[in-house]
Amino acid sequence: MKLKSRHLLGLEGVSKEEIGLILDTAETFKEVLERPIKKVPTLRAVTVVNLFYEASTRTRISFELAEKRLSADLVNFSASTSSVKKGETLKDTVKNIEAMKIDMVVIRHQSSGAPYFLTQCLSSSIINAGDGAHEHPTQGLLDLFTLREKYKELEGLRVVIVGDIKHSRVARSNIWGLKAMGASIAVCGPTTLMPYEIEKMGIEVFSNLDDALQGADVVNVLRIQLERQKGGLLPSLREYSNEFGINSDRLKNLNPNFTIMHPGPINRGVEITPEVADGPYSVILDQVTNGVAIRMAVLYLLSGGEGKVE
Amino acid sequence: MNNTKSQEAELIIAGGRIIDPASKLDKVGDIYVRDGKIAKIETKKLIPRKKIRFTPEIVDAYDKTVTPGLVDMHTHLREPGREDEETIQTGSEAAVAGGFTSICCMPNTQPPIDDQESVKFIYEKAKSAKCKIYPVAAATKGLKGEELTEIADLAKAGAVAISDDGRPVYSSILMRYALEYSKMYDIPVISHCEDLALVSDGVMNEGFVSTILGLKGIPNVAEEVMVARDIRLAEFTKSKVHIAHVSTEGSVNLIREAKKKGVKITCEATPHHFTLTDEIIKSFDTNAKVNPPLRTKKDLDALKKGLKDGTIDCIVTDHAPHSIEEKDVEFDAAPFGMVGLETALGLVITELVEKKVLSLVEAIAKVTLNPAKILRLSAGQIKVGMPADLTVIDQEIEWTVEPKEFKSKSKNSPFGGRKLRGKAFLTIVDGKVVYQS
Repeated sequence: MKLKSRHLLGLEGVSKEEIGLILDTAETFKEVLERPIKKVPTLRAVTVVNLFYEASTRTRISFELAEKRLSADLVNFSASTSSVKKGETLKDTVKNIEAMKIDMVVIRHQSSGAPYFLTQCLSSSIINAGDGAHEHPTQGLLDLFTLREKYKELEGLRVVIVGDIKHSRVARSNIWGLKAMGASIAVCGPTTLMPYEIEKMGIEVFSNLDDALQGADVVNVLRIQLERQKGGLLPSLREYSNEFGINSDRLKNLNPNFTIMHPGPINRGVEITPEVADGPYSVILDQVTNGVAIRMAVLYLLSGGEGKVE
Repeated sequence: MNNTKSQEAELIIAGGRIIDPASKLDKVGDIYVRDGKIAKIETKKLIPRKKIRFTPEIVDAYDKTVTPGLVDMHTHLREPGREDEETIQTGSEAAVAGGFTSICCMPNTQPPIDDQESVKFIYEKAKSAKCKIYPVAAATKGLKGEELTEIADLAKAGAVAISDDGRPVYSSILMRYALEYSKMYDIPVISHCEDLALVSDGVMNEGFVSTILGLKGIPNVAEEVMVARDIRLAEFTKSKVHIAHVSTEGSVNLIREAKKKGVKITCEATPHHFTLTDEIIKSFDTNAKVNPPLRTKKDLDALKKGLKDGTIDCIVTDHAPHSIEEKDVEFDAAPFGMVGLETALGLVITELVEKKVLSLVEAIAKVTLNPAKILRLSAGQIKVGMPADLTVIDQEIEWTVEPKEFKSKSKNSPFGGRKLRGKAFLTIVDGKVVYQS
């Protein structure tokens, strides 16, 4: 089996079968990562450019490692060191880079739709590493992978995403991915951080955390940014923390064998207390480990790979 | 034959279905033009068709519709300042190709049209243009929203309205003064209704689509709170206000109520707002990025209802040319606006007349008589003694929009590839054929 598209722009519209293929492939690559020599020659002839127009530590390093583990050639580009500052447009920048003969572009951009825009300008495969508040598909996939590792089956799982849903691409990719896999989804956060008509995505919406957590298997805690307070969306982080922060008291409503997730970076003591983030039910570091395997799988499949890898 | 005709008229538009909303005329007839004016409207003794074919002064309008020349009271020409995107000349060429014989240009040029000299500059440039150009002047100096422009001077120089279009007159007290002051010269204030704080850095309609796409939303209420404010201010000052590009159901309802109460309010809608919804943004097409943003089906239906019941007086293009390089960027970075002069008539016929929202006569009134009345232009009617500004429309022709073939310098239209019915066949300004398809 192969993926339908040459690009990974989002999880909207990606089928259960395709997600299953990516997760299965990632499982094989995860096994590679456990070996003493964590490298395969799979993408030896492939050149990947990592275009990061927005600050990122985890995602950038994760992609970079995934590319290295697959023996791809890679080039890193970040907005601060680029000609962006000289006023060059995104299109010109990528056209120039593509003229140097590359095969794939991984892009992180602050504008929703920027990866889609690249598909209109370039012939390379495009991987979205996060665009505005739109999607962050590899994060969604690594979250699915992490949950599948623990629960085997995602269907029927009750997942609650807590925090700034409005500005979160992680939330959107998780919702699409989880929906495709048959999970039941709820979002919870302050009403000022809830996007318009989000319930139309086929999910439940809460503004009371205890109600939301009732009977949940998984809590995916989103980062809350200080700028939201400045923008008037929140009175204070202190109040946010009181109302929506995940602490051990809140966990009593959850199902046994529950899971705490966080896409990082964590504001300890704001959206999540340290004892929860570091607790035995937390898979936060597993998510990071799995991120590399997922990105290897995506790179491999989009460069034309099918099914099993040796 | 030729000689006798010439004495009587320099041009005859023969055999067309003549529609004149002012006199409620809807009959097949011949229009005689002399000295650039309409000399006679003959609906009884028509010139036989076989005679028409061989006479240059006679236009064969059989199977065509002859209407007053179309009037667009909301156009952006980019001169002065951005002549790479549009000039008064190229804008007028696009206008006549779209069937327009009079267009009103908005003042948000660089520098803005905010003093007598700049109004005169437009009229000077307009002398060589293909159609008539009427400037709308700024309501505040430099469009800054701080001090009123010299409205008396502007009106005397020929500004047909005042507006800070592109942005609202944000200060309520200044809007009050603009309404009160312009009343002395009986020109309307055209209000671009937008609460800037509610708009914030939004780039599309706030709705389910913006939620999915993660693009920042512009809520309906950003428009509606300003419409409500301007209704109250117009009522209080007993002045005329014209609401530009109405895009939401709530605005239509507010204006309908205000009209019932007798507030001196008029308004307009654009073809793109009654044709497209925010669904089109799913392809991140920057040519569909427009302000106010494309809304939802509910709003689109409300606009149609408002057009039908007369709440919405006019249809305008809000023709907003932008260069390819400005639009060929990520969605957030693109400027707002789309061109519209060359697609408006086709969209009116296809979306409103064909779909039976409006009769042809009702539709034509909204692009001729009504805007001409609001701005008191000598246009919009087929009447003896009036300038012979006429549009001969081929209502049956089906055509495909090809932006690269636009006469406009800019090609930023989301309608590329769309099939439309109805097109200008011939455009006549002051008795002269300025466009022939």
